[in-house]
Amino acid sequence: MSRERSFNIIRTLVSMLAAILVAFVIIFFVSDQPVESIKVFLVSPFSSVRYLGNIVETAVPLIFSGLAMAVMFKANLFNLGGEGVFFIAGVAGSFVAIWPQLPPVVMPLVCIVVGALAGMLVMLVPGALKAKYGANEMVTSLMMNNILLGVGLYLLNNVMREPSSASLVSYKYRNNALLSKIIPGTRIHSGFLIALVCAVLVYLFMYKSKWGYEIRMTGDNAKYAAYSGINVAKVIVIVHLVAGAIAGMGGIIECIGMHKRFEWTALPGYGFDGAMIAMLAGNNPIGVIGASLFVSYLRIGADLVNRASDVPTEMIAILQSIIILLISAERFLHKYKQNWIEKGAKK
Amino acid sequence: MSTFVKLIFSSDFFYSILRVTTPLLFASMGAVLSDVAGVPNIALEGIMLIAAFAGMYFSYLFNSALMGLLFAVLIAAAMAGVLAFFTLYYKTNIILGGIAINSLASGGTIFFLYLVAHDKGTSVALPSKVLPNVTIPFIQDIPVIGPIISGHNVLTYLAILAVIFTYFLLKRTSLGYHIRAVGEKKEAADSVGISVIRTQTIALVLSGVMCGFGGAFMSMGYVSWFSRDMVSGRGWIALAAEAMGMQGAIGTAATSFLFGIADALSNVVATLGWPSDLVKTIPYVATLAGLAIFSVRAYRRNRNA
Repeated sequence: MSRERSFNIIRTLVSMLAAILVAFVIIFFVSDQPVESIKVFLVSPFSSVRYLGNIVETAVPLIFSGLAMAVMFKANLFNLGGEGVFFIAGVAGSFVAIWPQLPPVVMPLVCIVVGALAGMLVMLVPGALKAKYGANEMVTSLMMNNILLGVGLYLLNNVMREPSSASLVSYKYRNNALLSKIIPGTRIHSGFLIALVCAVLVYLFMYKSKWGYEIRMTGDNAKYAAYSGINVAKVIVIVHLVAGAIAGMGGIIECIGMHKRFEWTALPGYGFDGAMIAMLAGNNPIGVIGASLFVSYLRIGADLVNRASDVPTEMIAILQSIIILLISAERFLHKYKQNWIEKGAKK
Repeated sequence: MSTFVKLIFSSDFFYSILRVTTPLLFASMGAVLSDVAGVPNIALEGIMLIAAFAGMYFSYLFNSALMGLLFAVLIAAAMAGVLAFFTLYYKTNIILGGIAINSLASGGTIFFLYLVAHDKGTSVALPSKVLPNVTIPFIQDIPVIGPIISGHNVLTYLAILAVIFTYFLLKRTSLGYHIRAVGEKKEAADSVGISVIRTQTIALVLSGVMCGFGGAFMSMGYVSWFSRDMVSGRGWIALAAEAMGMQGAIGTAATSFLFGIADALSNVVATLGWPSDLVKTIPYVATLAGLAIFSVRAYRRNRNA
């Protein structure tokens, strides 16, 4: 491994450590019994099978959104539409999960396919506008998020809503549609396995296929890629379709894996998490798994602290932005990087 | 339909256009200043949200609307400073830096809201202050026009001044020349002795100040409390307005008004009993459509040229 690469890993680790230290500082100022809370934050997520299970099940949607964002970032596209895709794919898949009667195994598969298709369709809007006309994909995708939230809520309110329930939730999913639990004593569902398979597939797609090569070339230097005969517009559309499919799967898998009915009434927030996870992972699909587990460890820790004392879970947002800032800061630890690489060269 | 027409052609409606466009004007001027300098600030949304929170909290703390506004602007400028520090000195990608600030804002404001108000939704429990409305003598007495342009929040008038300020700053001052030169070709600007980093920092901090006013308007004018994610996409709409206004202050202000009209329209339609979930998407649909049409036209123009 080159010294440059190992340095990037060190910098990532330092950023993670910095985030945890900031968590200490926040807990120290906010909590009534800081020492106890810090212990809860660090250790408790590992203290029982149930909490370990929580870490894994929280990581599942994060893996999907991290993968979608990693593909986007690799192509140098800043599309933040994962948010809206998660939501609308959840709505679309829920229609299948509620109404048609299908055999077991087939039913969740159909739900997931419908979710993925919905995601692809939705991502096609910013994708096509970017590919053909150069419209800024970040702004269009963020507008799409708000539009999809409105459309999804409209469908939930007017078509799927369970009238007898006081809160805004859909009818119950059919039992056949739910993903099976795979580890007793936890709520870890088969969606986790799908997420792992997905990560491997995305890795193969990005690093071993012709399209993946074209995507990476376009991301490195779009002008050069176009000059060397790569159809950049096609690449942009492919990236959006792939990312849409992944995020769509993530949305519906979260719904039929963790819930018994559709119960999101706001955007679930996974889109932005995906950006941070992709960065933690250095846009590497396999790394996304580890990054997702780390972030969900922080979340469960924050959640447990929140229960034990009075520190709001939103502390996580502060940690996440610090991670993004530090990891993307090229000059962060730059002096050490120089020395470290020079030392390697002298040997 | 006739009630719809009656609602649209009323001075109330035109009054509300000015009201809802106010935060868009501030934010889009922030977008112009930063983008012209070559450092597109996509954290407008988050900085406005932080400013909205700061305005609410400090006006409550000091029991003074003016202090609220002051802190909103100061903290917004500081946040833009943080972004400038990371992007210009630590070479963080400006887009990723913006994403970080936005995520910090969205969760961080809820974090602090819970600490000060023990509520994760709104700050209604805290008696915060609002900035005063201003009636303009003489003009308020003119029929039809008077009620439209008089009686607005003081920040609405400031927003119009902000557009004029941005226009003159960029066109007529030496700082404006520097900002444009740095954005156009920073190597060239550097070679004639303009400090690129200093100029871009100033542009980013100025865009933060704009967001400070815009955010303060949200919690101390538009409504009198802070609620989670209350900026709800206005920072992004401002970015779209700036793109369609081709980086010019006047053109951007005009596009902001277009989106303001869409926003005002959605408020009117909501009272007619149309499905509220869909009505709420009108400003975003308008922005998406506007951006799409603009991009198609720019594409055709480039191809023909």
